Amino acid sequence: MTLRRFDIMVNGKPVSVRSGSTVAAALLSADQSTFRQSVAGELRGPVCGMGICYECRVTINDVAQQRACLRVVESGMRVETGAAGA
Amino acid sequence: MRSENKLTCDVAIIGAGPAGIAAACRAAEAGRTVVVLDEGLGPGGQIWRPKLGGLQPKIARRWIERLHATRAVIRESTSVYDSARDASGEFVLRAESAGSALSVRASKVILATGARERFLPFPGWTLPNVVGIGGAQALLKTGMDVSGRRVVIAGSGPLLLPVAASLASAGAKLSLVAEQAPSAKVRRFATSLWRRPRTLVQAATLRSAFLRTRYAMGTWVTSASGDEAVRSVTVTNGQTSQALECDLLCVAFGLVPNLQIARLIGCEVVNGVVKVNAEQETTVANMYCAGEPTGVGGVDLALVEGEIAGIAAVGLSIPQGLAAMRTAFERDMKALDVAFALRPEVTALAQPDTIVCRCEDVRLRDFNPAWTSRQAKLYTRAGMGPCQARICGAALECMMGWSPDSVRPPVEPARLDAFLSDHQVTSTAS
Repeated sequence: MTLRRFDIMVNGKPVSVRSGSTVAAALLSADQSTFRQSVAGELRGPVCGMGICYECRVTINDVAQQRACLRVVESGMRVETGAAGA
Repeated sequence: MRSENKLTCDVAIIGAGPAGIAAACRAAEAGRTVVVLDEGLGPGGQIWRPKLGGLQPKIARRWIERLHATRAVIRESTSVYDSARDASGEFVLRAESAGSALSVRASKVILATGARERFLPFPGWTLPNVVGIGGAQALLKTGMDVSGRRVVIAGSGPLLLPVAASLASAGAKLSLVAEQAPSAKVRRFATSLWRRPRTLVQAATLRSAFLRTRYAMGTWVTSASGDEAVRSVTVTNGQTSQALECDLLCVAFGLVPNLQIARLIGCEVVNGVVKVNAEQETTVANMYCAGEPTGVGGVDLALVEGEIAGIAAVGLSIPQGLAAMRTAFERDMKALDVAFALRPEVTALAQPDTIVCRCEDVRLRDFNPAWTSRQAKLYTRAGMGPCQARICGAALECMMGWSPDSVRPPVEPARLDAFLSDHQVTSTAS
C-alpha cells in the first residue's frame, strides 16, 4: 500500500507529511522535536505516544491543547507548537 | 457540540483492547445490547495497533471481525471521564466522544482499561526525543520516520525485544538495548518458557532482527543530556558507565494498570490491581474487570479474562476450559513479575533538581519524604496537571511509597461544553 504525501502548515511553514500519520509522528519525522514549553519554560515533546502524558499538546486549527499523538493529519491542517521563536 | 448523545445498554465496556473486544463478543453473542467505549481510532488497543498502511496481526483481525459480526455499538475516540450510579443502581458513564458529550446508561459495566508505561525520572528525562518504549512503538506505527536515527533503548520488560526489532527494521541505527533486570533472572525466565515453545521462537525471531546491536542485561540508564533535544545518554551496569550519542532515547520500566475509573467507582484495589472474583466481578456488584487492570499479564491472559467477564456479565456459567487457561496464564504473569522486578537503583535516579511531575514542573527537592501523597499534591501541585498523575503517580509510588490519593471526576481533562451539557439537565430541574 502506498501512502500519499501532502503538506500541512506548522508554525506557518509547509511541512510534508504522510497521509494517515498522527500529527505527533509527522512533526517528529520533520525534525520538529519541541511541541510545547512547560510551566517553567522547558522544551517538551511526545513521551507516551498514546494520549496519556499530555506532553505533545499543540494548537490544531486554532483549537489549543490538542494531543498531537491522537490526531491524524488532514490536508489544510494548521498546527502551532510552543517552540521558541515559533 | 452542545447536543448530548445518550445510549442505554445491558453491558457497557470501557476499552477496546483484547480484553474489551473478547468481553464484547461474548456478551453480544449472548443477545445482550453492548456498547464499547474506546479512546483509540479503532478497536485493538495499544497491543494490536496497526502499522500505518499495514494490517493488524492475524489474531487481532480474527477477534475484530468477530466483534463486527455482533450488534455491539463501538464508539471510538471516546474518553470516559466520570462514572456514577443512579437511584435504580444502574451505571451512568459520562464521556467525551469526538468532541461531543456522551452518556451511557448500563446495568453492567466491564472495565478493560488496559495499562500504560511506567516512567521513572532521571536527569534529562524531560528532554524532547526521550520517549517511552511502547511510546516509540506507538509513534513508529503512526508514521514516525526513524531511518538513520541513532536510537538507544533502556528499560525493562518483555516489550524491549519487539520494539527493538521494529525500530531496527524501520532503519534506525540501534546502538544499545539495555535491560535493567540481571541476566540470571532473565535467563531463568526464558528457561521457564519451555512450556511455550511458540513464545521462545517469537523471542528468537525478534532478537534476530537486531543482531548487530548489543543487548545488555543488568544495565540501566543514569542520565541523558542535550540542549533542544536529547543528544547523549549514560548507562551503567553498577561498575562502569558508558556514554552513547543518540537522537532518540526510549526508556520505560514495565507497565502499570489504568485504574482511574475502577478507583472512581470504588472497586477495591489490592497491591496495585483491581480485586476480582472467579467471574472477574469487582467488589462493586455488576462491575467487572478484565485484562491488565487485574494484573499485567499480556494479551493471552487479557483475552481469556475478557471472555470470562463477558460470559459472567450476561449471567452464564464459565466454561472450565477458560478458567483453566486463565490459571496457566496467571502463572506466566507471576514469572514475568519476578524476572523483571525493578532494582532499587532505578527508583533512585532522580537528583534534587530533577523534575518529577512533568505537568507542573515539580522537582525532587520540592517533596518532603515524610509527606503523604495528598500532602504532596496540596503543597506542590504534583499530579494536578492534565495527565492527572498518570506519569508521576506511578513514579512517586516507587520512589516514596506513596499510594495514589482518592480519584475525583473528571479523570480525564474534558472540554467545558461537554461538561456543561451534562449539568444543564440538573440546573433546569432545580
